[in-house]
Amino acid sequence: MDYSQFLNMKEELSLMVVIAIVLLYDIIAGDKRKQTMTPVVIALMVFHTAFTLVPSQAYSIFGGMYTHTPMMSIVKAILNLGVIIVFLQADIWLRREDTKIRAGEFYELILCTLLGMYMMIGAGHFLMFYIGLETASIPMAALVAFDKYRHHSAEAGAKYILTAMFSSALLIFGLSLVYGSCGSLYFDDVTYTVFSGGPMAICALVLFISGMGFKLSLVPFHLWTADVYQGAPTNVTSYLSVISKGAAAFAFMTILVKAFPELVDQWQTALYILIVLSITIANLFAIRQQDLKRFMAFSSISQAGYIMLGVIGGNALGMTSLVYYVLVYIVANLAIFGVINIVEQRSGKLEFSDYNGFYQTNPKLTFIITLALFSLGGIPPFAGFFSKFFIFASAVEQGYVWLVFIALLNTIIALYYYLRLVKAMYILPNETPIATFRSDACTRVSLAICLIGIIGFGLVSAIYDCINAYSYGL
Amino acid sequence: MEFPLISFVIVPLLMLLGLWLARTINQIRGVMVAGSSILLVLAVALTYCYLSARSAGVQDEMLFTSDMAWYAPLHINLTLGVDGISVAMLLLSAIIVFTGTFASWQMKLQTKEFFLWFTFLSLGVFGFFISIDLFAMFMFYEVALIPMYLLIGVWGSGHKEYSAMKLTLMLMGASAFLLLGILGIYFFTGAQSMNLVEIANHLHMDPKMQNIFFPMTFVGFGVLGALFPFHTWSPDGHASAPTAVSMLHAGVLMKLGGYGCFRIAMYLMPEGAAQWGGVFLVLTTIGVVYGAFSACVQTDLKYINAYSSVSHCSLVLFALLMTNYTACTGAILQMLSHGLMTALFFALIGMIYGRTHTRDVYKLAGLMKIMPFLSVGYVIAGLANLGLPGLSGFIAEMTIFVGAFSNPDTFSRTCTIIATTSIVITAVYILRLVGKILYGEVENKEYLKLTDATWDERFAVICLIFCVAGLGMAPLWIGNMIQGSVEPIVNVITSSL
Repeated sequence: MDYSQFLNMKEELSLMVVIAIVLLYDIIAGDKRKQTMTPVVIALMVFHTAFTLVPSQAYSIFGGMYTHTPMMSIVKAILNLGVIIVFLQADIWLRREDTKIRAGEFYELILCTLLGMYMMIGAGHFLMFYIGLETASIPMAALVAFDKYRHHSAEAGAKYILTAMFSSALLIFGLSLVYGSCGSLYFDDVTYTVFSGGPMAICALVLFISGMGFKLSLVPFHLWTADVYQGAPTNVTSYLSVISKGAAAFAFMTILVKAFPELVDQWQTALYILIVLSITIANLFAIRQQDLKRFMAFSSISQAGYIMLGVIGGNALGMTSLVYYVLVYIVANLAIFGVINIVEQRSGKLEFSDYNGFYQTNPKLTFIITLALFSLGGIPPFAGFFSKFFIFASAVEQGYVWLVFIALLNTIIALYYYLRLVKAMYILPNETPIATFRSDACTRVSLAICLIGIIGFGLVSAIYDCINAYSYGL
Repeated sequence: MEFPLISFVIVPLLMLLGLWLARTINQIRGVMVAGSSILLVLAVALTYCYLSARSAGVQDEMLFTSDMAWYAPLHINLTLGVDGISVAMLLLSAIIVFTGTFASWQMKLQTKEFFLWFTFLSLGVFGFFISIDLFAMFMFYEVALIPMYLLIGVWGSGHKEYSAMKLTLMLMGASAFLLLGILGIYFFTGAQSMNLVEIANHLHMDPKMQNIFFPMTFVGFGVLGALFPFHTWSPDGHASAPTAVSMLHAGVLMKLGGYGCFRIAMYLMPEGAAQWGGVFLVLTTIGVVYGAFSACVQTDLKYINAYSSVSHCSLVLFALLMTNYTACTGAILQMLSHGLMTALFFALIGMIYGRTHTRDVYKLAGLMKIMPFLSVGYVIAGLANLGLPGLSGFIAEMTIFVGAFSNPDTFSRTCTIIATTSIVITAVYILRLVGKILYGEVENKEYLKLTDATWDERFAVICLIFCVAGLGMAPLWIGNMIQGSVEPIVNVITSSL
């Protein structure tokens, strides 16, 4: 075996170096040194991200087991950006008495899931993909249960691991059917083998989509989402809602395009239904939520539906829009979670009604959350407007006019519940509003990054152009 | 001759920056006055440059164009350019923003935030009128919508939360139709350009597709232009909004609807317009008469004016659907005229409400004795509204009805005759209103202590009256400017019939 092939997996190797350093630092450094854990990890991640962005060629190694395209570097860099923001926001939480001793574990677990996502994205073989998926899921369950002495957290952890196992079981059953009908699990072989429309192939596809539906929390596979989002520590929720969703969406698209082009009619029909259900039902449920984290859970389900609009066309424009959408979604969602987190740490408040009158006491945080909500709702000139426009354009290009119409009608419902939060903060009175407080430096930096993203990613077209240069489709 | 159109966007951006840095109320006012004056000067200078370029014989459809690539894969460019219609609209917007600043001089609650959102709103309006790229227009259109939510929700009165939410959701719902319409236009003309002049003159869309996307686009803009039965956001929204916002919204924002219907829906999809014209003509005719009748039975001053706006804005769409030179020119004149006089109305109502704290017609009487300046302004606005010759309303409505009646078919003529009755109904509610609240005995003795307008209010009112009367007395120069630009558009629309 030619071990030098490993050198081609430069992003994974560099991430493993980061994990190793963090682990060693956590073990070796004394208690005082651990105060500097966040800056160290952030610095490592920044180096790692810069390394990820070094231009590279498309290649495939280990006989097609692992593939790489320049697009994947971009996706990985976007995920890294999200992870950096999450780490910055987690700093204040990790300094709390009860979590202080476990700070290192938080970073290691998150980085392990990130490694799993890298493998999902780079996979050229279904088993490789499955291993990546599991590497991304199992540490996640530990993260969800991180605040184990809080009742909800442990419960959420159990719920997460059970649904994750169930969806993995569905997925691997689907994969076994793929193997049964093609005799191979390499994406290339699956494409070129006769794989056109037999009942077994369709069963395989349906099971595969269901398995991925759980990961992406598409309706009707979304039932775990709200409970897990509510129970998990806020920083883990934010990680779960953006990074793991973004990675899964991209991997889902590449596999559908690479391995199932013969079954395009079938998966497009399935996705059509899933999109309509996800967007509509999640939006209707989000209206009634009183807990902010549950609210964000339903919002993220409907956002996942919008992301799938980029997948359904299977075209290059769709891939560009998907990656761009994920990027914009990451900064907007993390801005909101950043504020939710700091409020939770400072006052312990998480209810919708607690935010009444928030503008009177904390105008700057309100401003950030407002812009982020506008971005999620697709209001210009914020980046969310552009990403929505592009993702709709990519679906209309493939002729999905009525699907886009349904999605557009849903943006109105979405706007309604986003404006509910805006109304609570600006208009509704409150006798005991959240007290005025100063955020810590890390949170401020993370929110500044998000704010730059929310305003800049749309108005500056360079990012979109860069993504577009490397996208591909059916 | 060149004119930097982009300055209409840059000045509001600088104003936003200035407001953000401003600390005291005087600094905020200073920024607003300086910024809105610059915008007004720019608009006047633009009009002058435009007219002199035209008289020098420049024939291009759009003048002062500039082009900047933005999102190349979707052919999205930041293309700017103006013709006579947009110049007129820019002038209108600049006047309203300028006077709106003075009308909200006394704003006490969170002044800085109010003006920040107000400027943001005007940024959207100006951006919309200078763009000729579909995407950029849509973007600026939405930029103009969302600040309304906070402006009404925070600074409004009455059922402000309900009104703000209703207005925002209805207009955003409309923009959902609009977005689909724009994507349809782009992809079904072959995905080659987002520039609307290019699409209109060089690309063609399958008539079947036009039949699907025309109504979407027309309704999308029509909701903002108070198209019956999608006008219901307007009375609530206007009644709850603070003065300057009502002025800007009724005065300018509703014009975005008419402008978009004409410039995008009808211009780019003439066959669709021919197919669907009759349906919308009936709806607008209903809107004209229904709005006027509704105004008769309202008891809140702002509701009366809001329904009157519905009637007048429907008249704009009505005239546009007649698709001949005279009627379309009249439609644009009506946009100008209605923008000015409704802004005047809302400004006066706001000032009266600020003193009496009621807008109920039955509680007000004899205001002429207490606040003569405001009352005289109110009479003038009312007379402009019912179309007294010499004021702007007469010019616009006359042109519209003459133009509309010149369409020879029975259907158009019947609609025209029905719509004409609105003139009489308008006279009924305006004269009754003026008689009720301005004349007669002062019933509430508390009101005798009230004062007349302060200098800033007088300044705003006088500016608007000057414009209303100016348009009424000397309409020809602006009428010709508009007609010159209406002709090429109407030619495109009628050539496909």
